[in-house]
Order: sequence, then structure tokens, then C-alpha cells
Amino acid sequence: MTSDLLRLVTAGSVDDGKSTLVGRLLYDTKSVLSDQIDAVLRSSEERGLDNPDLSLLVDGLRAEREQGITIDVAYRYFATAKRTFVLADTPGHVHYLRNTVTGASTADHAVLLTDARKGVLEQTRRHLAVMAMLGVPGITLAVNKLDLVDFDQATYESVRDEFVSHAESLGFRSDQITTVPMSALAGDNVVSRSDRTPWYDGPTLLEHLETVRPDERGCDVGLRVPVQYVLRDTDYRAYAGQVAAGSVRPGDEVVVLPAGARSTVTEVGTPDGPVDEATAGQPVALTLADDLPVSRGDLIAAADRVPELAAEVTATVCWLAEEPLRPGARVLLKHGTRVTKCRVPSLNARFDEQQLVLERDPECLELNDIGQVRLEVADALPFDTYTDCVATGAFLLINPDGGDTLAAGQVGDTLSAVTGDG
Amino acid sequence: MSAPAKEKAVTGIEQLEAEAIHVLREVAGEFDRPALLFSGGKDSTVLVHLAVRAFAPVAPPFTLVHVDTGHNFPEVLQFRDDIVERFGLRLHVAEVQDWIDRGAVQERQDGMRNPLQTVPLLDTITDEKFDAVIGGGRRDEERSRAKERIFSVRDSFGRWDPRRQRVELWNLYNGMHSPGEHVRVFPISNWTELDVWRYVEARDIELPSLYFAHQREVYLRDGMWLTAGQWGGPGDDEETVEKTVRYRTVGDGSCTGAVESDAATVADIIAEIKASRLTERGASRADDRMSEAAMEDRKREGYF
Repeated sequence: MTSDLLRLVTAGSVDDGKSTLVGRLLYDTKSVLSDQIDAVLRSSEERGLDNPDLSLLVDGLRAEREQGITIDVAYRYFATAKRTFVLADTPGHVHYLRNTVTGASTADHAVLLTDARKGVLEQTRRHLAVMAMLGVPGITLAVNKLDLVDFDQATYESVRDEFVSHAESLGFRSDQITTVPMSALAGDNVVSRSDRTPWYDGPTLLEHLETVRPDERGCDVGLRVPVQYVLRDTDYRAYAGQVAAGSVRPGDEVVVLPAGARSTVTEVGTPDGPVDEATAGQPVALTLADDLPVSRGDLIAAADRVPELAAEVTATVCWLAEEPLRPGARVLLKHGTRVTKCRVPSLNARFDEQQLVLERDPECLELNDIGQVRLEVADALPFDTYTDCVATGAFLLINPDGGDTLAAGQVGDTLSAVTGDG
Repeated sequence: MSAPAKEKAVTGIEQLEAEAIHVLREVAGEFDRPALLFSGGKDSTVLVHLAVRAFAPVAPPFTLVHVDTGHNFPEVLQFRDDIVERFGLRLHVAEVQDWIDRGAVQERQDGMRNPLQTVPLLDTITDEKFDAVIGGGRRDEERSRAKERIFSVRDSFGRWDPRRQRVELWNLYNGMHSPGEHVRVFPISNWTELDVWRYVEARDIELPSLYFAHQREVYLRDGMWLTAGQWGGPGDDEETVEKTVRYRTVGDGSCTGAVESDAATVADIIAEIKASRLTERGASRADDRMSEAAMEDRKREGYF
């Protein structure tokens, strides 16, 4: 799918200048308007700063301004003549990794920042692991604060090489990785080319983001439509949902899961009326030839490419709750539009994202840990693996007591590519 | 309507519409008593159109709710009622005046009623047992809104706690909540002011006349052009003049300012916004100027 809208996620360590970079992107693309600039000038002055603090453009919460750090993911919008961007600006602090996961789950491209003086840090490796696990289709490393090392080519190249090698170990191909030397504070190579890096002939960050064509996230599984809602009128009954994968035409044979009943699509309704074909991403209302008991939570799938129903699966999870995950935990699992009771009988491995190895049979998964688990669900569900199809391979684990989301989950073993296990 | 070709580029607007429709259908599927906040303004009018499209040919399963400050523009109220009738929807109006009369909220010294909406809104949610309340909030409006999730759980006091927000992954929205809590839902979170107008243009959506340039008697207060009205103005030292203006937002008349503009059509407005150096709220909302964190503070109390 080609698109003029690119969803970005930014990530980096505390104090690597990420808010400044985002402020700079907004400022230099003229996406910041004068009343917002006035507010920043006013706040900077009240804080006794000599120069306006561009990070104030993005740190919106009281606590963030008080502490001078970013706590929660914020969404920013900017546009150039070539493209519109939705940017998920995520916090650098390790405690808030869950917000990086939030931003990365829908991103077409990730921008990671590092301070040129510090190189690839523990947090950079952790963020890269999250991007690799979630299958973010492309990454750019912004080697920032180059003004503080006199725009030294050797420094940039050593950070670049270390990053590229680490990213490749995590399964990224070299054509998915870009690195840009920059100073966000001074504006070098962010939007405009810098004459202080004559040794660099690549694109500026913005030029790259305007032209990058991220791989489409894998989805070669045939038709998948999770049923969201049943549309009913006197003599009309249709199943509303978004085409998650594949395409659908009138006359297509489908199967409704988990029940397994087969039927034929008689009409592909859309907000603009019936169409000859609808493809992934489009909202549809499907009418079937047979009167079947279809309801929210069901999955309509291509009859010739049916996902496997499974009551037990191996999955990769990123644990996002303060309370650790231990074997035997009882949770809820949300897959597509269905919520099912779920048990975690065993933890297979914990991923050490610094050493890129799996630690077998861990006692628990703590906040921000990525690990491999076994899951048992009360009702067998039509799973695809995450690498085959994000929409039907992703799930949430939910706390049955407060309703909070506990984990980002993926069906299958998305870690083996990283560790070389298998 | 012919089918879209497979290779057809999906534009930003189509992706944003698909996302909003997905969210609206999730609300309909997950909640027992969802409501949609509708004021007659452009964002909530776009929401109503999205809801109608999401469930077509069946009517959207949402009750519309309007918290009427009593300071609304008459043409907007008329427009609100026309929309409700045209699409055959249900409308529940909570009059802030009723709460003032009962002594449940106090009229403010400055006459602004926008901040008074919170209590009537929360009471209405409780009394009508709404478990999801859909709003037209957009993340580009204001810094603290930029931090808002699409599904945002509020406690039994209606409060938003930015530090305890749920993660929101892929397009799997978690609507779980405990009794007494409710969920605020923002289907057009990822839209900008310009996207809203592009959508209005693409779908040929009618809006109140106030949004388009017209002649109006206005007076200047705190750098904003306000319309004379029952909300207390102009004062003795404020002079009324006639100007060609339009509104970028339509809220409470006591704190929503008009901007000088000749933009009389949607196309004119799109051109004007592209060139504008002021945000919609900065240009026309006095209540956001009260403090650096005015919006965040009101959201924490339960405001939208």
C-alpha cells in the first residue's frame, strides 16, 4: 500500500536531545505556529534561559515541565509538500519503555537517537530490540550532538558501525537501516544540509523520511476480517469490520471462525455503498449467503487459507506492568475483537537484549522484559503468527481485575531470528 | 460506486477515516451505553458524519449529548437540531443553567461558562449510565491533549491521570473498566485542523454559517474579537465595531473569539489555515490562556 502518510516513532535515551530534535523538526517544517512559539519564549524566559528551549514545544504535562523529562508518548503532526507525518514522540527513561512499545506498535519507521559522545547505549539496544520484535519496517539512527565533537567524521562512523552491526544482529537488513550525523540543537542535517559535515553525502533526516518506502508489514495470509459489530435492520444483516489482511469480493468463499461454518460473500458494503472489491485497511460490512450465527469476536477468513485454531500457543510478550509475570498467571487475552480467558502455564525464556541471548526458564518477567511464554486460552482461537500477519498475530494480555493492559503479545517465536536459536 | 483499484494510493484522509470508523465500531461493540458528544461544532459534526458512515445503512447506536452552556450561538443550536433530525438520531441536552439554578455550580466572576461544563457532563454520564463517551478531541489542539490515548479510562470522579494511562498497542483498543468508571474515546485523535477541513471538503459536509466569513458586530477583549451577547459584553469601556470575521472554533460565546477573515468557502478556509501562523485555540480560546497548564488541569477534573 503506498501512502502519503508516514507513522513515525522516535526513541532514545534520556538527555540525548530527543525533545529538541522533535521541536526542531516541527520548527523547521514550519509546523509550529506563532502562539506556540510565543508560549515557549515566555516559558523559557520565566525559567531564566538565554535561548528558547525547543523541547518545551513537546513536553506538555506539568510534571514533564517540572522535571524536565518526557513521561508519556505524545503524538505530533507535521507535513511537508511531499508527505504528512504522525509522530509518536516517546520517552527515553527506561521506566517508561511501555510508551515506546505503544508508539512502535503502529509505526512505519523508527527514528532512534544517540548522543555522538556516548555512542550505542544500553537503552539504544533495548529500543532496537523492541523495534525488532514489533517488526518496525525501517529504522534511522540520528547520531546527535555532533557539534560537541567538532563534527568529527571518525566519531560518527564508529557510532554508525556499532549501531548497524547491532541492528543486523537483531534481524534488520542493511537496506532497512539509515544513519544520519546531526546536531538537533543547531539544526545540522535535520531539515537543512549542514556545511559542517562535508564528508557526509547522504540525505538529511527529513529528506530520508520524506522518501523512505517502508516494507509493508507481512500479511500474506489471505482474507482476514475480525467482526466488530453486527449491522441489523428489518431485512439487512451485515458484519462490520476492517479488512485486516487480503482482499474480499462478492462471490468469495469464506469461513467464520472459531465455529468453522462456511458461506459465500454476497455483498461487500462500504461507507460509500457496495463495491466490487475491498482491500486491507478498508472498513467493510459483509453480507453472507447463509444465515449463520455470526457475532462480534468472530473472524471471517478466506475459505482456502484458513488460520489454525489453537488453544495453546507459544508467544513472545513484552511485559508492561509493574507486577511481574509468573508461571500460572491468569489473565485475559484480546485477539482481534475477541477477549478470552487465558492462563500462562510456563515461561520459556527471558530475552537479554544487551547480550542478545535467551535466558531459559526464568522465574518471572519483570516490567519491560521481553520473553517467550506458553499460553492456554479457554476457547481455541484462529491465530496466525505475527510474522505472517500482524493483525491476527498480535494480542494484548489484560488484567482481569483492573482491566489494565499488561503485555504486548505476538503469536510465534519472534525472538529466534534475533538469537539464532530456532 | 466503482471498486478502488488495488494499486490506488491510499491518501492520508482515507487512512484517518478508516481508523476513526474502526474506533467507532469498537465502541459500539464493546460498550453497553455509548454516547457521542455533539455541540454543532466542526469536529463533532465530522464525528457524527463518521458515525453515520460507520454503521450505514443502519443508524449509529449512539445517543448524542450536548452540554449547553446557555452561551451558545443561536445558529449553532439550530444547526445541531437540524443534524439530529436529518439523521434520525437521539439527542440529550444538559443545560448548564439548570445546574446554576440548583446551586450545583456557581456562575464565575468573568462570566465564562466553558469551565462550568464539567459538572453537568459528569452528572449526565452518571445519571444516564453512559459507559463510553465519544468526543471530537484532537491531539494537535493543545500540548496536554497530545498525550491523550484514543481510549482513555476515567475514574468514578471522571478524572484523567496522565501518569496512569494504559498502553495502546496496534489497533487493539482495551475498553475494560470497573463499575462507575467510564471511557472517553477520541476517534479523530490523529487528525489536524487541516485534516478536518479537507474531510469537510471531500465529503461535502455542511457546517454552521459562523465558520465562514461574514459581517459581525464585535468588540475587542484581551486581544480577541468577541460577539455581543447575553454572556456579558461589551462593557462600558469596550467599543463595538463591524468586521468581516469567521470562527475557527465554536464554543461558549463568552470565551470564543472570531478571527478577521475573508474566507467564505471551504477551499478559502483550507488555504487560510495553511498560511495561518496561529493555532486554532491560540487564535480563539480565552480559557486556554488562563495558565500554562489550563487544559491539563481541566482534563484532570473531567473536562474533555
